[in-house]
Amino acid sequence: MTDTLYELTDLSKCYTRGRESLVIFEELSMTIERGDFIAIMGPSGSGKTTLLNLLGGIDRPSGGQVVCDGLRIDTLSQSRLARWRASHIGFIFQFYNLMPTLNAAQNVELPLLLTRLSNKERKRRVKTALDVVKLNERAKHRTRQLSGGQQQRVAIARALVADPDVLLCDEPTGDLDRTTADEILQTLQLLNKQLGKTVVMVTHDPAAAKYAKRKLHLDKGRFVEQGEAS
Amino acid sequence: MNDLTLVRKSLFRKKTRAILLIVSIMTAFLIFGVLSSVDRAFNALIEQTPADRLITSNKIHFTLSMPIAYYNRVQTAEGVQDVTHASWFMGYYQEEVNFVQAYAVEMKSYLRVYSELVMPEEQRQALLAGRTCIAVGADLAEQYDWSVGDRFPLGSAIWSKADGSRIWDVDVCAIFTTQSRDNPTTYLMLHYDYYNESLAFNRDQLGWMVLLTGDPGNNDAVIAAVDGQFANSRTETETTTEAAFSQAFLGQFGNIGLILSSVAGAAFAAILMIVGTTMVMAVHERVREMAVMKTLGFPAPRIFAHVLAESVLLSLTGGILGLALAVGMNAMISQIPAISLPALRLTPLTMIQAFAIMIGFGVLTGLAPAINAMRINTVTALGKE
Ligand SMILES: Nc1ncnc2c1ncn2[C@@H]1O[C@H](COP(=O)(O)OP(=O)(O)O)[C@@H](O)[C@H]1O
Ligand SMILES: [Mg+2]
Repeated sequence: MTDTLYELTDLSKCYTRGRESLVIFEELSMTIERGDFIAIMGPSGSGKTTLLNLLGGIDRPSGGQVVCDGLRIDTLSQSRLARWRASHIGFIFQFYNLMPTLNAAQNVELPLLLTRLSNKERKRRVKTALDVVKLNERAKHRTRQLSGGQQQRVAIARALVADPDVLLCDEPTGDLDRTTADEILQTLQLLNKQLGKTVVMVTHDPAAAKYAKRKLHLDKGRFVEQGEAS
Repeated sequence: MNDLTLVRKSLFRKKTRAILLIVSIMTAFLIFGVLSSVDRAFNALIEQTPADRLITSNKIHFTLSMPIAYYNRVQTAEGVQDVTHASWFMGYYQEEVNFVQAYAVEMKSYLRVYSELVMPEEQRQALLAGRTCIAVGADLAEQYDWSVGDRFPLGSAIWSKADGSRIWDVDVCAIFTTQSRDNPTTYLMLHYDYYNESLAFNRDQLGWMVLLTGDPGNNDAVIAAVDGQFANSRTETETTTEAAFSQAFLGQFGNIGLILSSVAGAAFAAILMIVGTTMVMAVHERVREMAVMKTLGFPAPRIFAHVLAESVLLSLTGGILGLALAVGMNAMISQIPAISLPALRLTPLTMIQAFAIMIGFGVLTGLAPAINAMRINTVTALGKE
């Protein structure tokens, strides 16, 4: 039984600078099933981040369409896209991108400012999210006082707190050592298996890609399937 | 946590910078607060002057004197309802540095013409009866801790007696206040006769006369009659309304209003540029964070509002502190005895103006960075490592 979440059709993205035109990909089509865990690999500059941005609705394609859960997102207005992102997408970046002026719990709470939840409910959600990433005892710490792995766990909690369908991760372990990276990847795997989150992860680390159910290789604007993970 | 928490945290992310900005804005509002109070005090002084009160002084300069005979001649001039006269005394108490504003006046008519001066009836009677009696303004009395019944030597910085002394022994017979608290009570009056009788030189001269016309409509006619009477004499006079006289007197220090507004304006302009550019830089440093906020789903107008709120909060913080300091500064200035201004205070109007300026200042300094923030391209900003 499959349940399609994303449907990309004839997607193209190119940048024009002056007379030069840089084509990242052309007529790219793919589907992503709900509950899948996909690792996207490929050489630097192959367009992995660009693809993730298109899936997350922070960038627009030059052609083709992006449909998520039956909704065409590439034609939504900026404000509707923002609202859609807030409720459907969790982003996790390589360099964590936490707010340095806020403590861990406040960073996690940030996306909830976009909801109508009560203060109490927000607190509860923040606590749950921090529990999932096993970081509740660091809730009051400034991000500066946390290690890279801990910061990334705060970022995961932030991505999780509004209960989105999809987690888009751009090289989430790119800046971490092996052991810490494995912890993070296990957490992502847990979120995928236990909470049913669809995870799309960009990585160029084959070891990281092993955690995924499905591996895709993006090169020269084309996908090459790499077979099932163990 | 709410949006205001975010705004507050962003403002104070660099403490030293935030404090420096707040201090500069505070300074501008301190200047604004004090100067507005001074300006208001000057205006109140002039506005409260009865419109039918005229001052006749020496045409060459208002500090020069004129013969006492003029006083009698003016009494009978057409349209003059009442008249009194006064002379500079340049008093001091114990040491010359303790300047005391004092005037030698024809007491009985002076109290009639300056009907706004208020004192208990028995003190008024005693004052008029006693040759060495003086009437002391309440603020001045408080400053030197004088009360009715006290006797002290009043020195003059400009006059001396025939015996070579410069001291007049005086008795405090009355302490006066005024009907409006805007009028200063930082001076004293002594009897002209007591002052005049022992003068070594310049005897039988008076400083200026104060005339009541009963109706401002008569002012021009009285001015013409009085000045006409002394035209082509050795000492010509110049008569103006008291309001114009005060204005001219204050005008010695220059066009007060213009000076005040240009000083405050310059302070604001300088600080506007400092705060404006600093805000632009501060937002520039946070481009990535704002891109992250947008990615999380914060709409562009909300980011715009955050930055604008931040600069308004900055402006309000500095502004309110500046006004608070201005209140303290006003109290200090009002304590300086040589300044015979009514008590300096911030009026509700000044407060409202100040708050309007704070909001305007905040919007002006925040607008450019807020627009920049709103326009941040998420993809490009996130792509920068
Ligand atoms: N705003 C832009 N303008 C022009 N070229 C861009 C822009 N953003 C990305 N690119 C180019 O698009 C290509 C794909 O970038 P990206 O998606 O970040 O690759 P990856 O994440 O796979 O390393 C790169 O060659 C990059 O230089
Ligand atoms: Mg990339």
